[in-house]
Amino acid sequence: MTFMKTLAAGMFAAVTLATGAFAQEKTEITIATEGAFPPYNLTKPDGTLDGYDVELAHYLCDHMKIKCTIVAQAFDGMIPALNAGKFDAIMAGMSATEKRKEVIDFSMSYGSTGQAFAVLKDSDLSKMPLKDALFSLASNEEGARKAVEELKPLLKGKIIGVQTASIASRFIDEYLKDTVEKREYKTTEQHDLDLLAGRVDVIMASMGYLKTAAEKPTNSDMEIVGPRFQGGFLGAGSSVGLRKSDTALKAKFDEAITAAKADGTLKTLSMKWFGFDLTPQ
Amino acid sequence: MDFVFLYETFITLISAIPMTLQLAATSVALGTVLALGLALCRVSGIAPLNWLARAYIFIFRGTPLLVQIFLIYYGLSQFRGVRRSMFWFILRDPYWCAIIALMLCTAAYSAEIIRGGLLSVPHGQVEAGRACGMSRFLVFRRIVIPLAIRQSLPAYSNEIISMVKATSLASIITIMEITGVAAKLISETYRAIEVFIVAGAIYLAINFLLTRIVVLIEYRLSPHLRQAPALQPVAAGEMR
Repeated sequence: MTFMKTLAAGMFAAVTLATGAFAQEKTEITIATEGAFPPYNLTKPDGTLDGYDVELAHYLCDHMKIKCTIVAQAFDGMIPALNAGKFDAIMAGMSATEKRKEVIDFSMSYGSTGQAFAVLKDSDLSKMPLKDALFSLASNEEGARKAVEELKPLLKGKIIGVQTASIASRFIDEYLKDTVEKREYKTTEQHDLDLLAGRVDVIMASMGYLKTAAEKPTNSDMEIVGPRFQGGFLGAGSSVGLRKSDTALKAKFDEAITAAKADGTLKTLSMKWFGFDLTPQ
Repeated sequence: MDFVFLYETFITLISAIPMTLQLAATSVALGTVLALGLALCRVSGIAPLNWLARAYIFIFRGTPLLVQIFLIYYGLSQFRGVRRSMFWFILRDPYWCAIIALMLCTAAYSAEIIRGGLLSVPHGQVEAGRACGMSRFLVFRRIVIPLAIRQSLPAYSNEIISMVKATSLASIITIMEITGVAAKLISETYRAIEVFIVAGAIYLAINFLLTRIVVLIEYRLSPHLRQAPALQPVAAGEMR
């Protein structure tokens, strides 16, 4: 009897949720994050979520006057799950790339860092040229290509670790395909471990991520080297991922992000989590 | 259903089939050798060997394969000693880490299957062999092993099939077998249903062929269950 009641309640809830997805004015939404991509999002030892995405999500939700539930979800299945209605928004340090824009919509950017390399301190790659130079694939494609050419002799035959389906992975395919051997990992923390173990020679990931990763006591042998790349297919920066049909929600997020930009919340939060200002210009 | 996309996915995934088969075949082959050793330890009647094998089986059967893969791949590499050791050239390679994890796991299950097979051999058969003057080893080779294999084959085919499916876990340590390539395709196309349907169908086809092969071997090993082929009729006058 109890089982039948639970079943009936579950079905009722499912139907309610399904109809809820079609309503335009939402008062409650679920936001997905990864929980394994610090400092964007991370899982604290007690199991709760925290990080730049999570704190900003709370701010945006307060501003939009919407009740939000934040859930952890694997990064590589996030976009199909969003379209399948498992949750209503993605805030997982996800860059708004052209390819992703074919499938889902993005709010305006809420943080921009660029992609960088990290190696072991005692590796021969630690002398990578062009340290701290920043190249945009959008406004300075020529310069970015030249920079890559300069790196090629050093990277020849090395193994590079990237996250599956990340923009770093696409960057390797487009610019360094014949130079390096690419190995793909489910999470960035896994390629950090393999860098430290010596299974990969170099990793490429978001500068924001690498900065925190290199600061961890266990990763003291890790060092950020060489130039940074951004723009073009690397994306304008992290944005909130939304279903294409949810135009009203997108407008709300845009408005809330503009407010966060104006009142300095983006700056305060990025200084707190990254140590440098991510506010998109 | 977009059949063009399904076809393209199928073509892409075909390239990953050799990796899956290689992982399954190597780990099952090595695992069976280890399992035979473990099973012999279990039935040896020597207490320390018996307990060693018991502990091994308890640990590897009682923990998830995923955890074993993580421990072997990410766990061992944490130790400087392991990275400096002579084994590092094997443990550095994700492929061999996957083989080792799969092998150790399947050995634990197979050992119990083989032990069951060994125990099912009727004592009378062994006694008959001994009475004919066969040495212990000859009895083992000619009587015990063939009967034990026949008895354990149905259960063992289950183990082989689950190993083929277990190779999909190797994708988490960067190995591009069927599931690894499928996951990559999904993250590029965001079309989870189509890609997983094709990947599932490929596993189904591989396992269908495997079960057919095992059935064939079973048929060959159990002639006593079939009617003997009829003898050629001979005329009475030709009787000798």
